[in-house]
Amino acid sequence: MILATLVPLQVVSFGLVALGAPLVVLTRDPLRQSLVNGVYGVSLVCLFVVLAAPDPALSMIVVSGIAYPLVILAAIARSRRHERRRVQEDKP
Amino acid sequence: MSRGARIAILMPGLAGLGSLFAWAIAGMPAFGDYRGPYGFVLNRVVVPLRHTTNVVMGTNFDVRAVDTMGEEFILYAAIVGVTLLLRDDARSQQAERHTKRFPNDAVRLVGVVMIGGGLLVALWLQAFGYITPGGGFQGGVLFAGAILLLYLVGNHRDYRPFRNERVLDPVEGLGAGGYIVVGLAALVSGAAFLTNLFGNGKTGTLLSGGSIALLNWASAIAVTVAMIILFAEFLETYTAPLEAEDAGS
Repeated sequence: MILATLVPLQVVSFGLVALGAPLVVLTRDPLRQSLVNGVYGVSLVCLFVVLAAPDPALSMIVVSGIAYPLVILAAIARSRRHERRRVQEDKP
Repeated sequence: MSRGARIAILMPGLAGLGSLFAWAIAGMPAFGDYRGPYGFVLNRVVVPLRHTTNVVMGTNFDVRAVDTMGEEFILYAAIVGVTLLLRDDARSQQAERHTKRFPNDAVRLVGVVMIGGGLLVALWLQAFGYITPGGGFQGGVLFAGAILLLYLVGNHRDYRPFRNERVLDPVEGLGAGGYIVVGLAALVSGAAFLTNLFGNGKTGTLLSGGSIALLNWASAIAVTVAMIILFAEFLETYTAPLEAEDAGS
């Protein structure tokens, strides 16, 4: 059952999510991408709250805001280091 | 293979997948149209039976407590994997040497207030998880996030005592094992594994739900420590190699 008063809110939050997802994909720089992804996560949190699912919303705040960017940044730092080392080995 | 050939191979697959996807979307029930009996039954049954006002947690820690145990051990296995791959004492010390304290006092003050607020909200989410929205996982992730803030507003030396693995590893075992102990206690008393052992208590209070409270705390401890370990390992992977490399070049 959908409460009629919630429909505009649902439309707005779905719109934000639909807008945010391509923005994350279209951001090329990984560092900026992880920031944009955090903002996108907040829009997902709003959507969960509007759809009456506060429990996933609560965990989504921290997962999208802290855990996910941290994991991405660590992965990037590692792979960049490997790349640079390979370039240096190829030089001489 | 040329670009044209690759596109030629891709197109039929993409068309097939696209049409299947469109078919699936078209056949979905309308938005907000929930048909399954499970949710309706739980909504009617959990509060009278278990006296927990958050039906989601009543379901997670009682009706399908075995599934939640599986989920907890998925997280546990993931943390063990991360630790085996990334744990490195030398790197931890390297990270300590290469991080400086954030210079802006205003940012640090706001950060410290946020750490306190975060920890308080996390404890509230964990303790009242089965009464109001929240629960062990949500509170645990937030708790670890608040401790990570300590690194952001302070430095690695401030943060390091809170990620001491000699303390964390046994506590993680306590959380993960505690869940099973509660389940085995039911088995010893003659009931099925993870049967709710205690009385249901008064609806809407911390004493409601019986075993749900214990299981909630066990998973809260397990998730909190798992997340602290996860953040610490990834943070040091991120900090140490970059800094060391910059210093060398």
